[in-house]
Amino acid sequence: MILSFLQWLGETPWSIALHESQYVWSVVETAHVVTLALFVGTAAALDVRLLGAAMVQVPASEFTSRLLPWTRAGFAVMVLTGGLLFYATPITYYQSLFFRVKVLLLCVAAVNIWYFHGRTHRGIASWNVGGRPPRAARIAAIVSLVSWSGIVVAGRLVAYNWFACDIQPQPAFVNWASGCVVPPPSP
Amino acid sequence: MLPFFEGIEGTALAQLIRTSLWLFPVIEAAHLLALCAIGGALITVDLRLLGAGLTRTAIPDLAREARPWLMAGVAAMLATGTLLFVSEAVKCYHNPFFRVKMSILPVALLFTFLVRQRVARGAQGGTSMRTRVTALVSLALWLGVAIAGRWIGFSS
Repeated sequence: MILSFLQWLGETPWSIALHESQYVWSVVETAHVVTLALFVGTAAALDVRLLGAAMVQVPASEFTSRLLPWTRAGFAVMVLTGGLLFYATPITYYQSLFFRVKVLLLCVAAVNIWYFHGRTHRGIASWNVGGRPPRAARIAAIVSLVSWSGIVVAGRLVAYNWFACDIQPQPAFVNWASGCVVPPPSP
Repeated sequence: MLPFFEGIEGTALAQLIRTSLWLFPVIEAAHLLALCAIGGALITVDLRLLGAGLTRTAIPDLAREARPWLMAGVAAMLATGTLLFVSEAVKCYHNPFFRVKMSILPVALLFTFLVRQRVARGAQGGTSMRTRVTALVSLALWLGVAIAGRWIGFSS
């Protein structure tokens, strides 16, 4: 069902136009990559502070109240440009092993953000200034750094078609994980 | 100049990266992670120089704390970037965006470590026209480097 919806999506005129345009797609892709510096960069700055690895004399709440809006703005650009890139070639991404890894890691990052802001961040007053933040905050920082790094790496590797469905034969696991529709081997 | 680039591309290191299926993409990914590190260290301070972000922290203090992260990011960027260049030096030689990037990059580096660093150290009094212009020039230069860098891959 998802596959047929994405097939339809990929055949809409705007999707084809974006896919076939020489410059628009490249401009959107460039915005997606360059905004990494703002989004992951400022998110990593908060993570480094949560680890107590730098700027410990700056209250942690300074980062979550004054720097985080910039991280959120960066994320909005990432979602918008990423959404457009997906819209240009939906099937290619849907059946890409690296894209699927990226989506899984995005879920890990999202749960981590939800848990940090729902639980750990509520007690920030007690560890706001000086020293090393509590274990829960440090774990949140490590999960964030690892998941976003993985997302960046997987995102870059989406461009390589090593495990593409139209390049067969692939190991059965790859076909299963990528959601490839492979005709059964003829007897 | 071309024979020099051909010589670089003929080295064993270049051939190793070029013939490997995984090396180039993995180095590329590391180059992007270093972009994130530079982004964090650079933008946090540039925002502060503009009077945004971590505004309750003195500019010289923030710049001093960010400096090792910036240095590490730049070092990782230069190391991975050099490896990517070496593996396709001749292609880079003919690539207009590579030339644009290599023209802006030294200016960005000199500006960051000579001008911007001095401005940040001397900005005990907070933001001024001087710090704002410095931040805008810094952001514009590095944005130019990043955009030109991405376009190297489009024009092959």
